[in-house]
Formats: sequence, structure tokens, C-alpha cells
Amino acid sequence: MPARRLKKSALAPWAFLALPLAMYVVWVIVPIFESFAFAFTKRDSIIYGPVFHGLANFRRLAGDGQFWLAIKNNLLWLVFFVGIPVPLGLLVAMLFNGGRPGSRLYKTLFYLPMTLSFTIIGTIWMWIYNPDFGALNTFLRSIGLDALAVQWLGDKRYMTGALIAVGVWRQVPYVMILYLAGLQGVPTELVEASLIDGASWWQRFRKVILPLLLPATIVAVTISVIDSLRSFDIVYVMTNTKARAAEVLASYMYSSAFQYADFGYGSAIAVIQFLITLVFILVYVGDVLKKESER
Amino acid sequence: MTKVASSRWRAFRAAAFYVTATLLVAVWLLPLVIGVFTSLKSMDEIMANPVMWKPPKALRFENFGEAWNRAGMGRYIVNTFIVTIPSVAGALAVSSLAAFALAFYRFRLNKAVLVLFVAGMLVPFQMLMIPVFRMSNGLGIDDSFGGLILFHISFQLGFCTFFLRNFMKQIPYSQIEAPRIDGASDFTIYARIIMPLALPSIAALAVLEFTWIWNDLLWSLVLLRSDAIKTVTLGLANMQGEFITTYNLTAAGSILAAIAPVAVFLAFQRYFIEGLTMGADKG
Repeated sequence: MPARRLKKSALAPWAFLALPLAMYVVWVIVPIFESFAFAFTKRDSIIYGPVFHGLANFRRLAGDGQFWLAIKNNLLWLVFFVGIPVPLGLLVAMLFNGGRPGSRLYKTLFYLPMTLSFTIIGTIWMWIYNPDFGALNTFLRSIGLDALAVQWLGDKRYMTGALIAVGVWRQVPYVMILYLAGLQGVPTELVEASLIDGASWWQRFRKVILPLLLPATIVAVTISVIDSLRSFDIVYVMTNTKARAAEVLASYMYSSAFQYADFGYGSAIAVIQFLITLVFILVYVGDVLKKESER
Repeated sequence: MTKVASSRWRAFRAAAFYVTATLLVAVWLLPLVIGVFTSLKSMDEIMANPVMWKPPKALRFENFGEAWNRAGMGRYIVNTFIVTIPSVAGALAVSSLAAFALAFYRFRLNKAVLVLFVAGMLVPFQMLMIPVFRMSNGLGIDDSFGGLILFHISFQLGFCTFFLRNFMKQIPYSQIEAPRIDGASDFTIYARIIMPLALPSIAALAVLEFTWIWNDLLWSLVLLRSDAIKTVTLGLANMQGEFITTYNLTAAGSILAAIAPVAVFLAFQRYFIEGLTMGADKG
């Protein structure tokens, strides 16, 4: 097959690639390298003319409690943003997978949160979390669990958890979509049987369905990990980065650079965030290349 | 198993499906129902009876008019269309060129260019923010629709190229062979043969990109300053601060902001869901 591909002139592909590649290099690839360089400059000096600052920004990071808190929060995001949506998304996908009348409507409705921006979602959830009249505490009080009706967004201990819950709520439908694609290759009866057939359902699920879904799982997990490391919108909208206890790397970078005009320090945070993400980017790219060679 | 037992079993399974699915969707959408209810209530009702999941006693549609005019949502929504439509069209047009090259030509750096596009789309935005902000300043296109559109087009090239290339790879080569023998140029083959065949994937991609760019907050935050050109996500974030005690207006504004992406999703949901699975499945 490949031998029959177009190959009139060696320059032809580059004629098509010239514009897209140029734009991508200028707006995406070069900035990555620039950020690396900026991480070694002083405060806002890159705006006026970069002043080399050595490893000072990284040394400051090592002793910055806020930075380590952001790392810790990011780890929490990662664990729960993968740990809950992936199994739950699989379960929902298995439920909606069969071609029962109406299952498409269910899928559509369930997917709706994914089409909304975090500004909208964050706004609604801020009311739900409101300590006095929010839906969550109203509900908890109505069933006698007054002790659990806490300051969800006002208390350092619950803040990050409350934000992650919103992220999880929006991510489950996305993972469902990924698994629905994966389930296309699995017989419907098999899926339904392992959901409600009492006898040996776990065996069937683990030995038959899970292995068939391995490719979808790899994608769901790596995408969720990368998204968890990118989480910014929810934190920004629901805390306006003023609640520093909930800060993650992405929001700490934003506030350092764009609210405190410390671009050198912000770049250093971005570099750390990038290096952590890079591991998972490589996993994803490796997966893509593997699929290519199997083609 | 007797016939009666197995048909009962089947009925039970169907009932189990509908009960579980309905409950699940109802619970999952509760926050959105709360948003819709709040947008239709008066502030008096919200204060007197603060149970959020209760339907409004009287429907106050004026909230939407007020959000549109007084809170400026109308202008933010127009601005968002001005940013989103050219960004989506540009990203699709430019990336289709790259996708064509990567799908149909054999050359040494083919895989390397593909990896560049794929890896770039996964990079944390924070890694690009300062350089892009600085470059936009330097070029004098900061705080303008043009600067934001240019960035969106460029950044989305990664995903769009990957997505379209995977689709084009599945087009049989025979579609190209005949016109080639007839002496058609490579560009003619791209424009007249491949693009029409790739239309379903372009439609799916357009729906995906529309919701992504419409919902973008971060890049509007970094690249736009003037209130007159702010997009809807940014406008809503402002509204939260300004109309902090009028939840009904903020809710109405949120719903206005959601109409376009939700309408696009519902109208093209088949493309949308296929699009997401296609893109994800192949990579």
C-alpha cells in the first residue's frame, strides 16, 4: 500500500505542510523552548529585555510552600480525576451500550455537561456548595446530616475535594464516550450479561471484556492524567485563585505570571508542570506510534 | 430455562435498564436543572424559599432580557461568535493541508511531523502562555480578535491535523489514482477529490472545535483586556463579581452563553459523538 502513495516530487508534501507547520512552529513549538529559557530569567525582565537569573527561580521553588501545596493538590487531582471517572465512565458506557430504544437519548443527555464551559459549570456549583442555602447543604440538613453541612469552598480542608468533584462530574461523560467507542468491537450480549448476570459476571468482565477494552483504557487514562495536570478553569472560576489552599500548578503559574508579573518564576512553574506532563505525553505518543506500525 | 421464565427475565432486564438509566441521568443533570430553575426565578422567590431544586413558582423570562442588555451578555455572545467562527474555519482549512500531506505522501519526516503535531496538542497551556502573550504584544495584535483567532487556529492545528489525517488514511488510494493518470495536479486532487470525501470527518471536527473554542476561558483571559471585545466565558466570570447577589441574572446569563454550544451539539450530536470517538480511538 505505501508504495502506491503519491510521490511525484519530493517537495510536494512540503508545499502542503508549509503554512500549517509554520503556524504551529511559531505559536506552539517555539514558545515551548522560550518558556524553558524564560525560566532562567529575572522577574518581569523578559518584557523589557531578559536578564539571566541562573537557577534562582528553581531554588526559590524548592523552598516555596505554596508550590509544594500546588504539587500536592495536583496529585490529588490526578488520583481522583483518573480513579473515579475511568471506572465510572466504563460502567455508564456498558449500561448505555446496548441498542435499546431511547439509549441514544440517555447518552445525549448524560453528555450535556461536557458541552458547557467551566465558567457556567463553576457558577452553578458555587451555588450548590453555598454553605447557607446551597443545594448540597439543604439536602444534607433535610436528611438529618447537619454535621456534614460544611463550608465546602470556605474551608481549606474541603476546598480541593469540592473542586475535584466538579471536575469528576464533567469528566465521567467524556470517559463514557471513549469507552463507547471501545465497546463497539465487543458483542452487546456479553456486555449486558456481565452487568447483571449474577453467575460469574466478574470472571467474564475481567477475563473477556477488560482485555478487549485495553486500548480504550490506555487512551482514557492518559487523557485523564493529562487533563488533570492541566486543570485550571475550575480553580480559576470557583476560587478566582484567591483561595490559595486550592491552587494547582496551572493556576499558581497563572497567578505568579499574570497577577504578580513575575514571568520568570511563572515560567519555572510551567517548566515543572511540563516535565511532569511530558512522561504521559510520551506514553500517548508511543501508543499512537504503536497503532501506526500495526496498521 | 422455560420460555415464560426467559421472557420474564428479558422484561426484568429491560426494566432494570430503564430505571437505572433514568435515575442516573436525572441525578447527573440535577446541577443543570438547578441552573435552569434559578434563571427563571425572581430574587424574592430565591430569598424566601431557598430550596434550589424546587421549580419556580412564576416563570420570570425577563431575567434573560436583563442579562442580555444590562449585564452585557449580548455583546459577549456576539464577540464569541466573531472569535469562534473564523477560528474553527481557519483551523479546519489549514490543518486539512497538513493532513493531506501526512496521509498521502511518503517522505522521510512524515512520522516526525505527525509526532510534532500530536505532542504539541498535549502540552500544558501554561508552557505557551508567556511566550504567546509576549509575541502578541510584540506584533501589536494583543487585545484584539485577530490575535486570539490566530492563536486558536495555530494551537488547534495539532488535534485537527491528527484527526483529519487518520480519517484520510482510510480513503482508498484508487480514489486518487484515476485523476492522477488523467494528469490532475496534487492540489486539484486535494481540493476536488479528497476534501469532499473527508466531509463527514470535517463536520465532526467542526462541532468539536466549535464547543472547545466557544468555551475557552484561559486564552481570552491572557490575550484580551478591553471589555468591548471580551468573550462570553470571560464576561460571565466578570458577571459573577458584579452581579454577586443576583443569582437569577447570572444563571440567565449562563444559559444564554450555553445556547450556542448546546444547540450545535444537539443538532449535530451524531457527528459530535462519532467525532470524539473517532479522534480518540485512533490515538
